[in-house]
Amino acid sequence: MIMESKRKKESPSSPESTQFPDEVLERVLAFLTSHKDRSSVSLVCKDWYNAERWSRTHVFIGNCYSVSPEILARRFPNIRSVTLKGKPRFSDFNLVPQNWGADIHAWLVAFADKYPFLEELRLKRMTVSDESLEYLAANFQNFKVLSLLSCDGFSTDGLAAIATHCKNLTELDIQENGVEDRSGSWLSCFPESFTSLEVLNFASMSAEVNFDALERLVSRCKSLKVLKVNKSISLEQLQKLLTRAPQLVELGTGSFSQELTTRQYAELESAFNNCKNIHTLSGLWEATALYLPVLYPACANLTFLNLSYTALQGGDLAKLLVHCPRLQRLWVLDTVEDKGLEAVGSYCPLLEELRVFPADPFDEEIIHGVTEEGFVAVSFGCRRLHYVLYFCRQMTNAAVATIVQNCPDFTHFRLCIMNPGQPDYLTNEPMDEAFGAVVKTCTKLQRLSVSGLLTDLTFEYIGKYAKNLETLSVAFAGNSGRGMECVLGGCPKLRKLEIRDCPFGDEALLSGLEKYESMRSLWMSACNVTMNGCRQLARKMPRLNVEVMKEDGSDDSQADKVYVYRTVAGPRRDAPPSVLTL
Amino acid sequence: MSPENVNCLPESDVKLTLGLPGGGPISAKPAKPPAAKAQVVGWPPVRSFRKNAMKSCKYVKVAVDGAPYLRKVDLEIYSSYQELLNALEEMFSCLTIWNYLNERKIMDNVNGMEYVPTYEDKDGDWMLVGDVPWKMFVESCKRLRLMKSSEAIGLAPRTPSKNSSTS
Repeated sequence: MIMESKRKKESPSSPESTQFPDEVLERVLAFLTSHKDRSSVSLVCKDWYNAERWSRTHVFIGNCYSVSPEILARRFPNIRSVTLKGKPRFSDFNLVPQNWGADIHAWLVAFADKYPFLEELRLKRMTVSDESLEYLAANFQNFKVLSLLSCDGFSTDGLAAIATHCKNLTELDIQENGVEDRSGSWLSCFPESFTSLEVLNFASMSAEVNFDALERLVSRCKSLKVLKVNKSISLEQLQKLLTRAPQLVELGTGSFSQELTTRQYAELESAFNNCKNIHTLSGLWEATALYLPVLYPACANLTFLNLSYTALQGGDLAKLLVHCPRLQRLWVLDTVEDKGLEAVGSYCPLLEELRVFPADPFDEEIIHGVTEEGFVAVSFGCRRLHYVLYFCRQMTNAAVATIVQNCPDFTHFRLCIMNPGQPDYLTNEPMDEAFGAVVKTCTKLQRLSVSGLLTDLTFEYIGKYAKNLETLSVAFAGNSGRGMECVLGGCPKLRKLEIRDCPFGDEALLSGLEKYESMRSLWMSACNVTMNGCRQLARKMPRLNVEVMKEDGSDDSQADKVYVYRTVAGPRRDAPPSVLTL
Repeated sequence: MSPENVNCLPESDVKLTLGLPGGGPISAKPAKPPAAKAQVVGWPPVRSFRKNAMKSCKYVKVAVDGAPYLRKVDLEIYSSYQELLNALEEMFSCLTIWNYLNERKIMDNVNGMEYVPTYEDKDGDWMLVGDVPWKMFVESCKRLRLMKSSEAIGLAPRTPSKNSSTS
């Protein structure tokens, strides 16, 4: 009642402004989950804006510095679920200085005050300390979901606090973080009375956990659907876990190599046979061809297979894929080579997503991997392919043209020819026509990563044809700033632009003045941008934060790394000394 | 070229080559492999977690004289020399491997060149594959090289094969 009258005071509505009472509108809007839809709704009129903000329970913040916790809480009083992303993506590749920021703590303090009933927190590239995890565990009684992806700053002590105190936890998903893995004892902190877990992912952690504690946990959590264990779990232990949880829908195995007796092998095979609901499989560390057949009975309904940590040969992949006719997403290492990819084309007609990672990206000598032939083979067999991430050492314009002709529905095309500035290896020409073909043919393209030897022509093509492009990643490309200008002038839906090692200067940077306010962010590093150029940008566009990261020993006038983003929160106050806000 | 010829190769200057492969003519592909590049920070764009995860895999490089690209095998996934050689045959599909008189010889079907599987052990010596028990080989092998027969003379002498007939 108090809430209702409070609402009415805040939004004086005239009789004609809405056909529905606020409460009904809110109820209806509660069904809207897409944040894009909700944004649209909030723009209709003041009443709808208010109804939307009262009914919103989940908020997605793509850049944690674009808004402050206070502003967030003022607008949305009833949030139960928050997704926050922090550092620029290039921090994954060590291009962002340590202590850059994106610390969750200030947010948690604000949430403890405004959203004490917060249930879900999903963080990506944020800094999270043990102290923050302890604070979280202590202040949110209803807390259910914690997902940390590519975060850093915490240790297993923090996880122990979560396990100990979060009595209603349903999801604990710890992926690829810079975790200080002191010991596996955090897992033993879940009390014996705790049974609500549905998702547990600790695959990327290294310390050995207490297997008995894990087994008991899995046994008593009857709703467990997702279990991804780490390398310390052996095949024999895996078999025991599967026996306890045949209802699993997603499984991440531990180390898949162990000398098994015939009986153990049979038991393992039987355990997999009983898991009829598995649609996602990952882990498979050190998997040898010898034991992969135990998986076959569980592969019939498999839609996502992640073999990206398994150094598999092509022939062995082929034998496995024969059993996976429903596969939609496949991640592999390039050890499978073109032969393995031919098998993908042959056996997985429903494939929509393929990621091929390099097993040896940094080796001085040249290791084989996959070539344009493998990619072409997949495109002939998998016509529904729309997401690809492909690391290779050679590519041709003709191959890419064939690929997009076969698969015109690409939404995400991320091609990484690993040697910077490498041309079409058959014709020695730039790879301009390849990416030209991609943007001309794939009208639904949302994300593009380019590589190889590229001239300004590539960017002319992108600006002219990529009308749905939202994210563009560029490295070691272009002849002049004109390339960047074409993109900024031409791609109406561009949200994220990340550029490294390109000859783009101040003129190019400043050509996007108005554009940057409609984008989430711009990253430019090792380009030709100067401090003066950045200052000009900052001066002309007060609603953008223009941050420069200086490298030791570089010229004072050069802006080595520039990060520009729109914000309603003003310049940030937590930047380290190496980051200058202009 | 029949296998018997191998035992009758003319005595030539003993040449122990320890150099990296690639001494022979480059294979049919028109482009030369790019020169070894200086390490660029953050390139290729592979996440640290993945970088570190792959480092712990124990596998050895396999080079074939004359081929511009190397491959890698995880020796731990095989349990015998035969399995390893079968895998190599699959990997380098132009090669046929056969045993003759317990001596393993590898031949390139396309150009008729003969190769001998050799490996570099922990001490840096180049040895012929097959002389020591399998597990010992896995322990000590640092890299594999399919060396051209003509260059393999003079490698660590092998113990006489039990099945060798005359000669």
